[in-house]
Amino acid sequence: MAFVQNFPFISILLSLFAGPISSVLDKKWAKRLNLFVIVAIGIMSTAVLIFVLGSGQEYVYTMGHFPAPWGNEIRVGILEAAMALFFCVVMFLCVIGGVLERELEIEETKHNLYYIMVNLLLCSLLALIYTNDLFTAYVFVEINTISACGLIMIRQTGRTIEAATRYMIMSLLGSGLLLLGICFLYSLTGHLLMSNIKGQVALIQAAGAYQVPLLTAICLMSVGLAIKSALYPFHTWLPDAYGYSTLSSAAILSSLVSKGYIFLLVKIFYRVIGFDIIKESKVINVLFVFGIAGMIMGSVSAIRESDIQRMIAYSSVAQIGYIYMGFGLGTTAGIIASIYHILSHAATKSLLFIASSGITDASGKSNDFFDLTGSGYRNRLAGAAFTVGSLSMVGIPMFSGFISKLLFAQAALENRHKILIALLALAISTVLNTVYFLKTVIRIYTPEKREVVIDKGFQDVAIWEQSSKSIAMICLIALNLFLGLCSEPLVALIERGLEMFA
Amino acid sequence: MDFGNIFVNYEEAVSMILFGIGFSNLLMQKNLIKKIVGMNIMDTSMYLFLALKGYISGRKAPIVVDGVQSVEAYINPIPSGLVLTGIVVSVSVTALMLALTIRLYNRYHTLDLDEISTRLKKEGL
Repeated sequence: MAFVQNFPFISILLSLFAGPISSVLDKKWAKRLNLFVIVAIGIMSTAVLIFVLGSGQEYVYTMGHFPAPWGNEIRVGILEAAMALFFCVVMFLCVIGGVLERELEIEETKHNLYYIMVNLLLCSLLALIYTNDLFTAYVFVEINTISACGLIMIRQTGRTIEAATRYMIMSLLGSGLLLLGICFLYSLTGHLLMSNIKGQVALIQAAGAYQVPLLTAICLMSVGLAIKSALYPFHTWLPDAYGYSTLSSAAILSSLVSKGYIFLLVKIFYRVIGFDIIKESKVINVLFVFGIAGMIMGSVSAIRESDIQRMIAYSSVAQIGYIYMGFGLGTTAGIIASIYHILSHAATKSLLFIASSGITDASGKSNDFFDLTGSGYRNRLAGAAFTVGSLSMVGIPMFSGFISKLLFAQAALENRHKILIALLALAISTVLNTVYFLKTVIRIYTPEKREVVIDKGFQDVAIWEQSSKSIAMICLIALNLFLGLCSEPLVALIERGLEMFA
Repeated sequence: MDFGNIFVNYEEAVSMILFGIGFSNLLMQKNLIKKIVGMNIMDTSMYLFLALKGYISGRKAPIVVDGVQSVEAYINPIPSGLVLTGIVVSVSVTALMLALTIRLYNRYHTLDLDEISTRLKKEGL
């Protein structure tokens, strides 16, 4: 066994222990430790990715050396390693992008608590990515929820506490359903390891027994994870939670937390149940319908919103809808498109959040739409970054959003029954996206009268003034262009990863 | 469809009914404390379900006494382990929810989540 193969386990443990250690450190060292851990895990994930690409097959890491049906396992393939690396990159940029906001919005003594939450969140995301055990996945889903709740309420206002409460309530409903589904599946198959469950499920299916309980289990798990990742009718907590929490939290929550659950759902589809059985069950049609509803209703809500942060938050509802629409197509191409959209949405949404805070900094910290007039001139980098993010969300070629929309459209062509609805929804949603994003871009590049700027006391923000935010924005723009321009090898990578996944 | 099994496995049916009660309480009650109680009912019903799934009638908990090593003597220990893990999770989540409730109560002097929301909309932050 090569030493590299230990890295997934080490990276989970590293982030897990960095959390409690941060509690006794002061603000500066807690931040350094956190950034060090993220970078170290990123490097380790790269090494794992190179190793798995080289060996061409996934490997199983048994925890405590207990053999398969009894022990706990980590399973690492191309997709897992690539996802871990990507999450580390985005999380690093989100954490450094929001340094200034955290200084202002978090109480002086509570900074190290923030880094505990970030470390635990990273730990739970990694565990969700790597684990091969369904109950372990459940436990880390809960850790993910609790740390995300901490991230929301670290900025102590009435709004954030209320948002955190609503978030917890919805999440607990979701995890209750998920746990019930796992219990059903365990009582049907007698296993908790994903690969063993799949073997038993295939036998059950072949014998034609227990059809209703199996369908119930699939439904419960899908709906549970859909609630947790804020699929359309369950999104009510989302705008408050993203709109009023501190910048890093909003960026991390929108780009990573919900994606962890979606990745777990892909895992359940492919590795636990088997994609053929999922296709036969009608669960994906339900996901398809709600995905479509989310794509349109999320965008409509975003158009009606005049607070820029909340507008971006509502746009997340639409993008989650896209991802579930891809699941609903019921083809491997659809799943590939969804996974690509996870990447492109994570890169774009964190960029948009950071850029929007940059342009509000140049508008006297006001989130109001009309105060943003001309802010693209007052903070040039943030204006450019917001434009890039908007163009990517709308789906202009060169940027990452275009590729995911293209992949969705191509995937829709393979499904005869859903092609019309899927393409129509894509078109409508794209138009709606254009309305609210380009409306904002035009607003921030409409020159404001000199006397109004002086009257309201708006300050120009130079690139070097907020260096950490500028670095984060430049890196995220680069990441966006990379995803948009080098999509072919990435799609091939996802395809190979999914083949390994099953 | 055969509904006769419901009366044979009435314990499971009871646990599912409890789950429904807890779930709808958590979803629909306005009062935060009632929500938390609902959440606990939901989690406990799950432990009942798991414990039932692991129990084999006439057998004992898998603790070796008097040197009895035979598998036939004991129940399935894994669901019991899952219940323990589940209890840990639910305790921490309950603690967090109660802490949030205290914060909200200190700020707004009410436990009604909808009223808090309407007041937030009126007053801003």
